[in-house]
Amino acid sequence: MMLLIQKFDRNIDFWINEYDRIGGLTMEYILKMEGISKSFPGVKALDKVNLFVRPGSVHSLMGENGAGKSTLMKCLFGIYFEDEGEIFLEGKKVKFSSSRQALTSGVAMVQQELNQAVKRNVMDNVWLGRYPKIGPMVDHKKMYHDTLEIFKTLEITVDPKETMSNLSVSQRQMVEIAKAVSYDAKVIAFDEPTSSLTDKEIEHLFSIIDKLKKKGCGIIYISHKMDEILRISDDVTIMRDGKWISTTPAKDLTINSIIKQMVGRSLDNRFPDKTNKPEGKILEVKNFSALYKNHIEDVSFDLKKGEILGLAGLVGAGRTEVLEMIFGITSKKSGDLILNGKKIDNKNSRQAIKNGFALLTEERRATGIFGVLNILENTTVSNLKSYQNKVYLKHDPMKEDTKWVIDSMRVKTPGQHTKIGSLSGGNQQKVIIGRWLLTKPEVLLLDEPTRGIDVGAKYEIYQLMINLASTGKSIIMASSEMPELLGICDRILVMSNGRVAGIVDAKTTTQEELMSLSAKYM
Amino acid sequence: MNKPNETIKAPLSEQEILAKKELKEQRKRDISEFIINYSLYILLVGFIIFVTIMRPRFISINSIVNIITQTAFRLPIALGVGGIIVLTGTDLSAGRIIGLTAIITASLLQRGDYPNIMYEGLADNPMPILLVLLIVVIVGGIFGAFNGFFVAKFKLHPFIVTLSTQLIVYAISLQYIQLGKNNGQPVGGLRQDFSDKIIGSVSIFGINIQYLVFYAIILVALMWFIWNKTVIGKNMYAVGCNPEAANVSGISVFKTIMTVFIMAGMLYGVNGFFTSAYVGSNNAATGVNFELDAIAACVIGGVSFSGGVGKIKGVVIGVFLLQLITASFIFLGVDANLQYAIKGLVILLATSIDMRKYLVRK
Repeated sequence: MMLLIQKFDRNIDFWINEYDRIGGLTMEYILKMEGISKSFPGVKALDKVNLFVRPGSVHSLMGENGAGKSTLMKCLFGIYFEDEGEIFLEGKKVKFSSSRQALTSGVAMVQQELNQAVKRNVMDNVWLGRYPKIGPMVDHKKMYHDTLEIFKTLEITVDPKETMSNLSVSQRQMVEIAKAVSYDAKVIAFDEPTSSLTDKEIEHLFSIIDKLKKKGCGIIYISHKMDEILRISDDVTIMRDGKWISTTPAKDLTINSIIKQMVGRSLDNRFPDKTNKPEGKILEVKNFSALYKNHIEDVSFDLKKGEILGLAGLVGAGRTEVLEMIFGITSKKSGDLILNGKKIDNKNSRQAIKNGFALLTEERRATGIFGVLNILENTTVSNLKSYQNKVYLKHDPMKEDTKWVIDSMRVKTPGQHTKIGSLSGGNQQKVIIGRWLLTKPEVLLLDEPTRGIDVGAKYEIYQLMINLASTGKSIIMASSEMPELLGICDRILVMSNGRVAGIVDAKTTTQEELMSLSAKYM
Repeated sequence: MNKPNETIKAPLSEQEILAKKELKEQRKRDISEFIINYSLYILLVGFIIFVTIMRPRFISINSIVNIITQTAFRLPIALGVGGIIVLTGTDLSAGRIIGLTAIITASLLQRGDYPNIMYEGLADNPMPILLVLLIVVIVGGIFGAFNGFFVAKFKLHPFIVTLSTQLIVYAISLQYIQLGKNNGQPVGGLRQDFSDKIIGSVSIFGINIQYLVFYAIILVALMWFIWNKTVIGKNMYAVGCNPEAANVSGISVFKTIMTVFIMAGMLYGVNGFFTSAYVGSNNAATGVNFELDAIAACVIGGVSFSGGVGKIKGVVIGVFLLQLITASFIFLGVDANLQYAIKGLVILLATSIDMRKYLVRK
């Protein structure tokens, strides 16, 4: 008898615990991710992370790159399987085996880089994989009306029959949100949704998020932009090194307290001291116009020796194209390039390198690294000719140069023969900068040099840039992050819709001025 | 009631267990990693043992020498195609180019007293053999350049380009054997001094090894050098891995693609030169489908279609493996029709195992 009662007691305890665990009757949380751990060979990517999202709220997820935000999201969407921990959706335990299953269960994600069938039209994309049918045929009429209906409720003005590739990034994002709504999503995750939007588009996005909130959706919002986070979030969860650090109501947080928790120390100096002294003129860009991207017109500026010149502007303003025209890989219609008072012409990358230019591209994976090749091969690739001994390549100087790159850039790697693809973003970037330094450039063109790199590595790259400028190298740096431009540039050139909107002194300008200049020719 | 005791003990032993578990798992991972990385060789050894048990003569000297000779004969084309696969391409015209160069070689090196001699002038003034080699290497190179130009300049996929080239080359071969008194007959009657230099053999420790094998070794060494120790080799890997990044890094993508295709064409020329002596009587069908075996060999040897990955060692092993399997069919007396199916399955199996290395593990 005693035994029975004991057993019963334990059962009750168990059920009460279980009840508490899943959020109780009130269903306080629409999504609970509890004690999630995930290891990859050699790294613990997630270590008992918690994420509790209340219905009708925006829950921001913050952390440096590599903190484990995307791994956590991948566990939620069944792209990775967690080693430990449980996920509850509306109190029910779930374990998705694919992102499709997650979607049909009401968990949707609006990716940073949208995966859409861009050659198909809008409604095809919304109903992809579950077209309404009449018998064996697709019911286009229903598809059209259903799409229009959703768009109306979200106040999106896009023609459902438009081809995706004709839409702007913002509109494509809206379509993705509409798709999530069409699945009746209860939890929608946004991964850096504003990184390529204008102010006006951001406002529209926020108003849509507000509507979703009112519908009772739980929103997970991932972003690096602090002011944005503080503005729209209800709760903020901060992660660091794969660990859960805190979950706090947004109203109790400040930018400084967030940074402190993200990096584990207060970062008073986000930028190193400037020691470079610009003087004289090294490069003059005169009336550059692009051949195929004809909105880029009449770009002129000059660059001093030992100067860091910033290129600001919105996505699509033409910053990348200007750098690529200087380097000779985007065709220009007209314009002169004057280096040290002598007119030169960079017809292709080889001439540009010979003339002392180096270009660090924006898309590291697409145009920077050779993923399956090792570090040695990646560092020496632009400089192979100098290792040539009539017929063959001398291995020792290649090894020495690679060692120099690894040591001086402080690349964290097991060795020279490690595949570059297995390094972190920051270390890959250091290897590529090292690659260019081996060619002994005079002018470095850096396109988003700190994109996708965590705060610590960013600081090292800023320091490196300032050191280079101090030794008389000149740098043009395009960036979307205004604090970064204000922090380390001498002057900032602001582009607006393919034209130069103004060149300002970095010491005296403000973010507001840069923003208003960016919109000058819109 | 024992609880207090347990809680005191627990943390220590738990840690120990965890550490042990970790170590065990690490070891397990290492072993499975090893098996995955070397599975092809493990299977290969197993296969050889199996065939040897069934037919002990399979590892007799004669049999091994025979397999090596077959490997040597198929190596140049595989070395050429291998480079193109590193560039994420493929070459469907390789076999036809071998056919054409084999016919040309044969027609220029016929015996003076051969009744159907194609060029009667050559009866009195026989051509130097090295000059003929040079000619066919140039012919191969020209077709390689033709392929390369369309791939590099118009960014067409090599599959399409070489599919077209293959047809053109076939037409040329058919026309070529109509020349002189030949009238579409197979081109035969090769000079003895030529045949001797290719399929003649030298005795080393009582083992007869054909000259062909030594030429193949030289070619392998040469290609290894080019792939690993020269700018063009490094550029080839870079372009195959990421052509956009290669362009930014100051590599001429056009020049690299052209060079790799021309090199491949020249190797086909050399292979055609070997083939003419090896086959003896060459017609327009000579060399057909050689490229498929070569592609299969490269892929088995780990030259990846995703680009930028592949080693000369892999190409050689791939060709050897394929010849080994072919030879084992004969020893085991496998039905001819079934051979195709088994070969197909072997290629699938080998590439699947190879792919395992690159798959992202969840």
